[in-house]
Amino acid sequence: MAVKLLGDPKFSEKVKELSGEDVRLCIQCGMCSSGCPTASKMDITPRKMVRLIQLGREEVLNSKTMWVCLSCFTCVVRCPRKIDLAKLGEALRQIRLRKGLDHIHISEIPEEERKKLPQIALVSNFRKFTS
Amino acid sequence: MIKIPYYPGCTLKTTAKNFETSAIESAKILGVELIELPKWNCCGTVFSMTTDDLMHHLAPIRNLIRVQEMNEKGIVKNEYRVVTLCTMCFNTLKRSNLFVKQDPERLKKINSLMDEEKDYQGNVKVLHFLEILKELGFEQIRKKVKKPLQNLKVVPYYGCLMVRPEDVGIDKPENPTILKELFEALGAEVVDIPFKTRCCGSYQTVNRKELVAELVFDILNQVRMEGGECVGLSCPLCAFNLDNRQDEVKKLHPEFSMVPVFYFTQLMAVAFGLNEKICGFELNHINPKPLLEKKGLLNV
Repeated sequence: MAVKLLGDPKFSEKVKELSGEDVRLCIQCGMCSSGCPTASKMDITPRKMVRLIQLGREEVLNSKTMWVCLSCFTCVVRCPRKIDLAKLGEALRQIRLRKGLDHIHISEIPEEERKKLPQIALVSNFRKFTS
Repeated sequence: MIKIPYYPGCTLKTTAKNFETSAIESAKILGVELIELPKWNCCGTVFSMTTDDLMHHLAPIRNLIRVQEMNEKGIVKNEYRVVTLCTMCFNTLKRSNLFVKQDPERLKKINSLMDEEKDYQGNVKVLHFLEILKELGFEQIRKKVKKPLQNLKVVPYYGCLMVRPEDVGIDKPENPTILKELFEALGAEVVDIPFKTRCCGSYQTVNRKELVAELVFDILNQVRMEGGECVGLSCPLCAFNLDNRQDEVKKLHPEFSMVPVFYFTQLMAVAFGLNEKICGFELNHINPKPLLEKKGLLNV
């Protein structure tokens, strides 16, 4: 009987290439999600994000998770399998951004806010969310 | 006087100017002269994490070439350490430095992308100012204190990039103590909170300020619950979120009582008895002067 694969192994491979991280090491313990300060604001938790990458499920790219991530590296220091989830998130963002799909546009930031925000906030935000 | 190359970064020249002035003057008291890198550029604020992206490491590495030049020109003598105050700059410069040091091929490629510069040799060491203080010894710092921060209940806040990832951090990632040791040396009553390394919301402050306000509320609420009167920190982005975003916190939680937020160097300047002008309190969003006045700590 032929087994039908739901995911695309090429997608997992692409994420591995961009992030340098091997998601097959993940044992789905959920340590990443439990310590994540913004997990409650994500549509899928960091643990599930890794699972979808493992399975080659490209729809993970439609999730909000990598855009809500703070790059705070809490999951990175706590992962018992030493997977750098921040790099996985960055890889997912980059797959989007390299297609020119920017997550934010400067024109959306109210002028009053633009005057208040320090350079450090604007530069880091644009580095993460624009191509 | 020990002369050490110093990389300010963009925000230290604008909204965090008070961080810079208080650090430079406090360092002098301790016999350290922070010498600004000539022609420095923005480090890019975040470390680029994809394996194939070399381009974004050019900006941080270019700054390390400036440190080499300072030695070549004799501005400093055989001093290949560079000090940062901003935690984000620290993290980005240190990680990029490690990134090229780990792989000679990468270093070669990055050098070849900067034809106009002399090659980076990989011999610069990136330090946070707190590491210099630790090296001098907190006992030495205690000796310079003229106005101990008696009865001032200070909460150290580390945030993320000073302690994470582990190979870049300057202290234990889950339970750092370096700021506690400093504030104790300054005579303060230190109040430790479980959320001292919890993220402030970082760059999400640009497009998700309500999310940041909630994270900030969680942190500052804990500060109040533990009896803290103010926060001492080291990152201009944490400072913006923890200090300025309290306006947003107040909208979500009207019962919230505002908490003054200091750069750790401002607290040093106060304790060293330096002129109030050096602290630049006018740049702090929540005015910390009433608290200092109450404690008899305002230096004229």
